[in-house]
Amino acid sequence: MLPARLRTETRDWRRIGGSVAPIVVLILICLLLSLLTPRFLTSENLINVVRQSSLNAIVAAGMTLVILTGGIDLSVGSLLAVSSVFSAGTLAAGSSPLAAILAGIGIGLAFGVANGLIITVGDVAPFIVTLGTLTIARGIALVYTNGAPIMAMDNDFRFLGRGGIGFLPVPIVILIVVYLAVYFVLNRTTFGSYVYAIGGNQEAARLSGVRVRLIKAATYAISGLLAGLTGVILTGRLGSAQPNLGSGDELDAIAAVVLGGTSLAGGRGGIVGTLVGALIIGILSNGLNLLNVNAYYQPVAKGVVILIAILVDRRVRASSAA
Amino acid sequence: MNDLMHATGQAHPPDATAGSAASPCLLRMNQVSKRFPGVLALDRVDFEVQTGEIHALIGENGAGKSTLIKILSGAYQADSGELIFDGQHIQQPTPARMQHIGVSVIYQELNLVPYLSVARNIFLGHEPQIVQGVIDFRTMHQRSRELLNLLGIDLPPTRLVADLGIAARQLVEVAKALSRRVRLLIMDEPTAPLSEQETATLFDVVRRLRQQGVTVIYISHRLEEVFRLADRVTVLRDGRVIGTRPVEAVTRDDLVRMMVGREITEQYPKSQVQPGEVVLRVSGLPGRTDHDAELVVRAGEIVALAGLMGSGRTELARQIFGADPMPHGRIEIRGRPVRIHSTWQAIEAGIGMVPEDRKTQGLILERSVADNISLPVLSRYARAMIVRQADVRNMVRELVRAIDIRIQHIAQVVRTLSGGNQQKVILAKWLASHCDVLILDEPTRGVDVGARTEIYRVIGQLVEQGKAILLISSDLPELLGLCDRVVVVYGGRLVAQFERHAATAETIIRYASGAFAD
Repeated sequence: MLPARLRTETRDWRRIGGSVAPIVVLILICLLLSLLTPRFLTSENLINVVRQSSLNAIVAAGMTLVILTGGIDLSVGSLLAVSSVFSAGTLAAGSSPLAAILAGIGIGLAFGVANGLIITVGDVAPFIVTLGTLTIARGIALVYTNGAPIMAMDNDFRFLGRGGIGFLPVPIVILIVVYLAVYFVLNRTTFGSYVYAIGGNQEAARLSGVRVRLIKAATYAISGLLAGLTGVILTGRLGSAQPNLGSGDELDAIAAVVLGGTSLAGGRGGIVGTLVGALIIGILSNGLNLLNVNAYYQPVAKGVVILIAILVDRRVRASSAA
Repeated sequence: MNDLMHATGQAHPPDATAGSAASPCLLRMNQVSKRFPGVLALDRVDFEVQTGEIHALIGENGAGKSTLIKILSGAYQADSGELIFDGQHIQQPTPARMQHIGVSVIYQELNLVPYLSVARNIFLGHEPQIVQGVIDFRTMHQRSRELLNLLGIDLPPTRLVADLGIAARQLVEVAKALSRRVRLLIMDEPTAPLSEQETATLFDVVRRLRQQGVTVIYISHRLEEVFRLADRVTVLRDGRVIGTRPVEAVTRDDLVRMMVGREITEQYPKSQVQPGEVVLRVSGLPGRTDHDAELVVRAGEIVALAGLMGSGRTELARQIFGADPMPHGRIEIRGRPVRIHSTWQAIEAGIGMVPEDRKTQGLILERSVADNISLPVLSRYARAMIVRQADVRNMVRELVRAIDIRIQHIAQVVRTLSGGNQQKVILAKWLASHCDVLILDEPTRGVDVGARTEIYRVIGQLVEQGKAILLISSDLPELLGLCDRVVVVYGGRLVAQFERHAATAETIIRYASGAFAD
């Protein structure tokens, strides 16, 4: 048996991170890359990595809430595209940059609400519902643009994607705000407690008076909203919207959540882990680029590292549970 | 090695009553100890089971019963001591080895595959085959029927296990053990989820097993069952064997004393509370003939819903609590009609419910004691959804002290608590909510004698606070010991009502089994 003090410390670690293993993996990858290439450990490159990771990380923050309730949201990649083309379209139609930004976020939110309602009121499995909206949203993006990109060169509109506050790029600032907010919500509010309760045991939560449908629907709405926000940021960065943006991004977001130690069964995990997971994925891509690894090998390498990280996490968990 | 070869050589068919050596002692454990970090789970245990007997093993939660079973099943290895089965020393017991020599365990969580047929479950892993890999269904069904007949069960081998009730599933487990030529069958609290009738059927099956020469170790919390079924009984306490007795030679009180180590004088603290005003009134419920029955619970009163499993008592309770839609009936709280369509509305109306299944309905096992207790009332400790965590912690600590939940820390994960303490956590949830009406569905199921008495004490406190309590229990002595009135449910209808002094077990069973039509 561990001495009492040590045990409280482990508990505190779990409370913020869900698990320590992802952080260890992240540090190991960073150490390895700094040894392999001098170009990795520069402030310029590090800020660059975080900025590149920020889009996936923001989507993954919403995904964390959904997965903690025991659900899944496959539609986020397509929502990103719909948000992108709607915001660019609104801008192209002569509306103000603010209206365009709100249009993009709003369409993501609307899809998220629809996901939540069909899942909870219609009582359909989240996998099926969000698979449906995945194709619907992608289709709408294609119909809306007729398959062609829409330019969005307005400087104010592009602030979210390209701007900077001090030395920090705006996407990183948004990332920080989103993660602080989700951390606060998960750990300090009734909503957060209900999310964990539903994921831990939905029936027990319901029999304790938790409004399960409302809370679950809200997690999908938040996930949709954050996907919409990400679409707007990405459009700003690229200066144009394309209907095929974000294709497959749902898998990166899910990978970040799972890498961060959140259980796909729900009820266990947390937002800090997700941030670490998104950084692992981002740094991995960055490192492979710096090392000039053939682009076709990169997905293979990424998948292998994800599997190794999860196996390591399993081991650590199993030994700490015994 | 030599004795391993020997033991593998003998696989007895279940009807070989004589056995090989006809030794009176089938199983013997000598000075077996097992230590886990921080606890000595078994302390030099001597335990002996005779061939062909039904041997009850009883003890409170944490007494070491499950550790003992796991050693017998090969899941754990003892730290020291000997295990002798049918005269053979078992050196390295593994699950496969123990199964091979004829030891089977039926756990509370049954090990059946729901979407396979009864026959495929019975022969899972040793299917009769036409050629390697191709199941011989004709033989399998034929042999399944034989096994089920042997047990006196009428069940088509082609039925899906998913379509069976819990009682029938248990019988399939017994048939499965029998198909593996079981010699020693260990049953872990098999009657916990069963109704009176289903229990009687299971007992018949166990007695038939004895006739077939199968030896049974029967683990239970219900002392009545020991007297109904067993030949001998062994009591464990704190990892030690307190004694083994022939059942004829002991009384209920003897066993309680051996289990607890102290006298439990007043098992059911009779409340001296005079029932006050009507708190809960549900009218328009199905009665014997029409929708005219009424369920009334007063402040400081315990009303029991008696009935067999599936009679509709749990369903009615869940409807009152808003967990399921209510087809008939109107609910009034303190004379005011209330509309309840979901559990949160019930809680706002002042109703709480301890559900029948602690682990799947009552608790979030991976969360802390504090998270579980505060869940129904969390919004009352929050403004703009932000929880005042210090207040929550204080509230939880107070309740933990008030009803004496034994934990190290309120951040402790609920899964690690004993059954009795888990049940107290659920009770604490509803104490925190200050509800007026509390529905208790099987509040002492799977809880040991000591914790049971403490739960009765908490119920007594609740009554003194003037709460209206609706109690459901399959344990008739408990039900009669606690309640002020009994309402009997049969086929979803309220068919009879008795004051406590007028209620006896016999009359309740008569109405509960539908024998009232004349």
